[in-house]
Amino acid sequence: MTIEASNLSFRYGDKPVLREVSFALTSGCFHALLGPNGAGKSTLFGLLTRLLALQQGDIRLAGQSLKQQPAEAMRQIGVVFQQNALDLDLTVRQNLQYHAALHGLSRKEARSRGDRELERFELLDRANDAVRQLNGGHRRRVEIARALLHEPSLLLLDEPTVGLDVASRKALNEHVRILCEEDGLTVLWATHLIEEVRADDRVLILHQGQLLADGNGQAICDAEGTRDLAETFHALTGAG
Amino acid sequence: MKAAHYWHCFVGIQTREWLRFWQQRTRFASALVRPLLWLVVFAAGFRAVLGISIIPPYQTYITYETYIAPGLCGMIILFNSMQGALSMVYDRELGSMRVLLMSPLPRPFLLVTKLLAMGVVSIGQVYVFLLLALLVDVEPPLWGYLAVLPALILTSLMLGALGLLIATWIKQLENFAGVMNFVIFPMFFMSSALYPLWKMNEASPWLYWVCQFNPFTHAVEAIRFSLYLEWNPMAYGITAGVTVVLALLATAGFRPQRTKILGTQSA
Repeated sequence: MTIEASNLSFRYGDKPVLREVSFALTSGCFHALLGPNGAGKSTLFGLLTRLLALQQGDIRLAGQSLKQQPAEAMRQIGVVFQQNALDLDLTVRQNLQYHAALHGLSRKEARSRGDRELERFELLDRANDAVRQLNGGHRRRVEIARALLHEPSLLLLDEPTVGLDVASRKALNEHVRILCEEDGLTVLWATHLIEEVRADDRVLILHQGQLLADGNGQAICDAEGTRDLAETFHALTGAG
Repeated sequence: MKAAHYWHCFVGIQTREWLRFWQQRTRFASALVRPLLWLVVFAAGFRAVLGISIIPPYQTYITYETYIAPGLCGMIILFNSMQGALSMVYDRELGSMRVLLMSPLPRPFLLVTKLLAMGVVSIGQVYVFLLLALLVDVEPPLWGYLAVLPALILTSLMLGALGLLIATWIKQLENFAGVMNFVIFPMFFMSSALYPLWKMNEASPWLYWVCQFNPFTHAVEAIRFSLYLEWNPMAYGITAGVTVVLALLATAGFRPQRTKILGTQSA
């Protein structure tokens, strides 16, 4: 499924947060949205998930505008938020069932899809545990499993590795890449951590609300005349 | 989207609310302490001061406890609705609200269902309260317990919508203390919950009219009359009308960016 954002601008009061951001995501690819804190990543996610109303510009999913066909668009999107969005005192399965119900799935369907996802995420044996008993990495995996329950074609992850240790971070990143390859899922992974991005990824670099680079990681480095993405990131944003 | 989708969604939101209620049942039990204190202690002290004449729906002299019980039912819902609405946009419920708003179903439907689900939990508390009130001889007719249900649902939806509207649009009231002082207490005291309005009229005609314009008064009267199997079209009509208007305003005017749902950045 193709996703196009055109001319997105957004301001909180007088403060511009996004300026004329346009990009298109390639179906079935892993995209890294790289930007320092405060670059506008969360605002962009807010717009993509309809939590923020579009002020200027448009977002189209498979040709359908988010403005005109919001319901259809939301069915195509799975989201993992930056902050935990699980009920800690409910079990893993109860959390999944809540999400499935919100997408109109019956309990039976929710159960079978939930178990399937949990099995894939090697969490089936934890299905009846309260989320509170899970470690940070496992909680994140539950959130990804949940985001995939309604079989979306686009998975949005807003700094999903915040608060995880290095090993869990790496595991989660690899896990999502595998999903991307196996399911043909389009992934947009927002991060400020350069080590989560590979040279051959599609990379979008956002800084102070502007899209500074968009393309294959290696190609961006070549164009900038830098050795690697870390150097590019530093050169473009003064961060990293 | 088919009717079945809406139904599964509706059931899912209700179920989650009950599961959470069950997890936090001690907190909910302690929430019953407040109305019970009013009923047992305040009413005992106050009944000596206040004489109540025979007024509809009652057919005989009643104790002060009997008079204020419906008002305290309203109070339970009032506190819960405001607290629930605040938690939806500022604290405990933020995660679940994010998940909720990712549903492809229309937002007004999601929000009203959520408010109803929170209302059902407070109505559960109202029934426990009414059972305990039997101990101080507040004994409405048996069918009254069933007849009062629609009034309780309307009241909880009305106050939930009001809470959501306030929490979304009045930044100054984003903590519970503010809401308590500027919404809950004025609504509660300027109503017929604790004293019949004819008494108020004797004391201060302008306050009487303030009470008359307070929708909570009519919600309490709708609860009172239906609990005693009397039909009060005005109280019901006003409560229903205000509920519809507030629900429309609260859902149509809901903006996640005015809340903390999006995350810390939009705060």
